[in-house]
Amino acid sequence: MAKITFITSDEETVTVEGTSGSVMSLAVENNIKGIDGDCGGVCSCATCHVYLTPEDLEKIGEASEIEKDMLELDDDANEYSRLCCQLEISDTLDGVILKVAK
Amino acid sequence: MKKSAHPDPFKEARLEKGYGEMNDQDDPVKMLLRHKDVRKTAHNWKTFQSGATPGRIVVPSEVDIRDTRQIPFEVDPPMHGEYRAVLDAWFKRPLDAEYQKKLTQQINAIVDDVLTKDKVEVVGEFSLPLQSRALTLLLNIPYEEAQTWISWGTHVFRSEGEALDGDKANILYDYIDSQIDKAIAQPGEDLYSVLLDTEVNGKKLTKEEIKGIIILTFAGGRDTVINAVTNSIAYFSEHPKSLERIKNEPEITGKAVEELIRYFAPLTHMGRVVTEDTQVCEHAIKADSRVSLCWASANRDEKVFENPNEIVLDRKMNPHVSFGFSHHNCLGATHARQIMKTLLTVLSEKISTIEILDYKENIEELGEFNRKVGYDNINVKFNKK
Repeated sequence: MAKITFITSDEETVTVEGTSGSVMSLAVENNIKGIDGDCGGVCSCATCHVYLTPEDLEKIGEASEIEKDMLELDDDANEYSRLCCQLEISDTLDGVILKVAK
Repeated sequence: MKKSAHPDPFKEARLEKGYGEMNDQDDPVKMLLRHKDVRKTAHNWKTFQSGATPGRIVVPSEVDIRDTRQIPFEVDPPMHGEYRAVLDAWFKRPLDAEYQKKLTQQINAIVDDVLTKDKVEVVGEFSLPLQSRALTLLLNIPYEEAQTWISWGTHVFRSEGEALDGDKANILYDYIDSQIDKAIAQPGEDLYSVLLDTEVNGKKLTKEEIKGIIILTFAGGRDTVINAVTNSIAYFSEHPKSLERIKNEPEITGKAVEELIRYFAPLTHMGRVVTEDTQVCEHAIKADSRVSLCWASANRDEKVFENPNEIVLDRKMNPHVSFGFSHHNCLGATHARQIMKTLLTVLSEKISTIEILDYKENIEELGEFNRKVGYDNINVKFNKK
């Protein structure tokens, strides 16, 4: 069980709980604004872009090369960017705070 | 070679030089073949523009048969984003439960119908009606209207010989004019009426702008959806276990749809007009010439995809570009994905096997390359569970 907090672009804070699957799926199930997950989680659409805090990024780790290539061509991406379809829910993610890019 | 296979004709050129060349009505096109170049170029709208003369970024060029600008497709940022902002919500309606219910009813009905027949020509008797009926949902108009579009045949812009056909295009343009006039006289809850009531940058959309949006909706989703559906039927006929797997593991359906769409790349490529002297793959490209972003080649790039020429139904990392990339990614993608998901689910529930009886491949001639994009016709027999 992990508690995950999303902060949307209009500054709304929503905390949801999940046990498995990707963070993107969890966000879509909970109608988190700005997380569309168009491609269903195969890293082809970049509609699940979030910013991590520096501490969370250290804990969770960097993006894979394919994910990085995708983010490289996103004008809003920075060093704390991740595509949350690539974040698998586990205890490690408990308490993370994700700022939605869109 | 299996009948349902789609070979990759770009491999050698992609590895050796990264581009290919083709002529098109004396307006040549340099085709970009590598995944990285395709995505970078799609992203760089300033140097590689979409807002050129209407019809010019399409290959084969539609400059001679169309004056209306397709919107937002042939518009560059920032105006492009203004249009997308007002259109996106409408084109995401396929995510609504009610929309999905109606689409499921439509696809159930057509699959039940083909199961009663000994022989079905998939392109004309399955994919075209399926695509046309589904389009009534996207436009939010009565189901019966699909019959008119079915009667136009598979191509809105192309006749039998694949050449551009101005008369055929006029059928569509005149039809759209009359439908807009009808919505002006009697507004309803259809896309025409919604657009007539839509403002962009504080100004109501003009009739010409609405026409541009509707032409895009019709043309962009016709051959592409028909190819995706037809090619999927051919694939499942030779891979019945894949259908069985979707039945047993419905959670992979979304991934399977992305993988089929990667492999088929229903739209081979899309052009851009170069606004300044530049280079791609260390190759000089002159201002006012054309390049194309070859989605079909990028999707088989061995530097990005493992076993690129195999359909791996549950492929986990799949950064394919079949719906384009960056600003201009496909407006109809949500609708197309929903059609494919529903189709796979319904087929897996109702069909045991599909036999291919005979077929003729649709091969595109692209300069030095010949690419199978689908079938001109393919006769099959559907067998029920």
